[in-house]
Amino acid sequence: MVSHSTRGRAPWFLVVPALLALLLLIAPLLALLTRAPWGSFTEILSSPVALDALRLSFITASIATVLATVLGVPLAWLIARSGLAGTGLARTLVLVPLLIPPVVSGVALLAAFGRRGTLGQFLYDQFGFQLPFTTAGVVLAEAFVAMPFLVIAVEGGFRSVNRQYEEAAATLGASSWTTFRRVTLPLIAPALGAGMVLCWARALGEFGATITFAGNFPGVTQTMPLAVYEALESDPSVAIALSLMLIAICVVVLFALRGNLMRPLAST
Amino acid sequence: MNKPVALITLASLAMTAALGLNASHTAASPSSSAPPSGSITVSAAASLTDVFPMIATAFMKRYPGTSVKFNFAGSSTLVQQVIAGAPVDVLATASEPTMSKAVKVGFVGRPLLFAKNSMAIAMPAGNPAKISTLSSLNRSGLLVAVCAVSVPCGTAARDLLMRNSVSVRPVTLELDVRAVLAKVIAGEVDAGIVYVTDVKSVGSKVSSIAIPSELNVTTTYSIATVNESGNSTAAQAFVDYVRFTTSAQGIMRAYGFAKPW
Repeated sequence: MVSHSTRGRAPWFLVVPALLALLLLIAPLLALLTRAPWGSFTEILSSPVALDALRLSFITASIATVLATVLGVPLAWLIARSGLAGTGLARTLVLVPLLIPPVVSGVALLAAFGRRGTLGQFLYDQFGFQLPFTTAGVVLAEAFVAMPFLVIAVEGGFRSVNRQYEEAAATLGASSWTTFRRVTLPLIAPALGAGMVLCWARALGEFGATITFAGNFPGVTQTMPLAVYEALESDPSVAIALSLMLIAICVVVLFALRGNLMRPLAST
Repeated sequence: MNKPVALITLASLAMTAALGLNASHTAASPSSSAPPSGSITVSAAASLTDVFPMIATAFMKRYPGTSVKFNFAGSSTLVQQVIAGAPVDVLATASEPTMSKAVKVGFVGRPLLFAKNSMAIAMPAGNPAKISTLSSLNRSGLLVAVCAVSVPCGTAARDLLMRNSVSVRPVTLELDVRAVLAKVIAGEVDAGIVYVTDVKSVGSKVSSIAIPSELNVTTTYSIATVNESGNSTAAQAFVDYVRFTTSAQGIMRAYGFAKPW
């Protein structure tokens, strides 16, 4: 891989660490394969706990991605295009959930949306509604952690769009909404697609914020990563089978993305 | 437990006193000439989070030149870590069945029982949901946190509810007892089933309901040296110190742990 991207003979002082890096990233995943309980694989994956966790993970990650798209695309536009004061700060703030430990995100979400949280207490007192320990709480935790991926990808998309197309549409009498819908959105489609897929994959893998904020109950808040963690305590082979399932999903997603969809990210 | 064990205890205390050593009573202990020194890592059940550092301080005072580090988590996690080769010297679990998993695969020495705990109901301070008995936990709409049955506090909570014929649908199955306690303190749940010692350790941050002993369930704490320990002398000394010294046992009592014998 490395030698293809460099012209002529690649220098050893780059090739050796590069191969080590590759080994570091891949060896643990391969090791997992050697420990996999192949004989009981289908049995484990068709157990109620695994099916519940898988179903819940797919549903919550998908809803979180929709939520992140509906809110994140306008935010990305605001950061990339509005020219308003403070967009630089906004862009930095968007990155915070990406960098802080997810368990810290969980604590922060509790402080805001917990039953005694700043907003959560209001929701609870007024409507008797609370987010922790609910599937909605899982979606919120996932959206919180995963939305930055989408915003950053889409923002890059907005920045790389040639604005002459939009100006031409406006000159021809298109309203700003029509221009956005018919010209800008199709132009950022690859960036949006990549952002949504990354956001979905990150949401699917969310653990720390989810267990801290939403708790752990099969069928309600126990997503795949939580099921992996709990299985590790009682039956590691189940944990390995579930882990391989998650890895397989991520690999499929990445293969689907290779090519056009990943390209916009390189420009961000 | 019973008389013979008590006698062995006495005998070993006597020997300890006579020899000035703490590692003389088990066949597993290595050469008993060198005093324990150096550092050890103790993997201990989450419910020991407050009491074990106090015991370690006393241990380090008793054996200058030793230092004790801790790794607290749910007992089942600790056992899996030891089986996976975690570099720890002592394992202390909150139940005998979790310890026996490590014994069965030959990763730890012979375990000693060193404390007993029982269950209590913890509520956020002031008990906003007005819970008065164990059986009121089945009230609909009540948010109850318990441990997952894969950890000792979860098995104990399940047994407690079964024993009292109370059916509860918890909102979350936490992976160690401190996580349950944290959710109670934060007021995110109305009640949690935790150990008596957890309630004691956090004082007025929670309200609690004691469960009469005839209705309660108990769990017995078990401690053992890890076979692959790089410092088995100090590991054995710590195990013996926890189990056999009056100072360690006194600290356990002060934190609300009962005698297992």
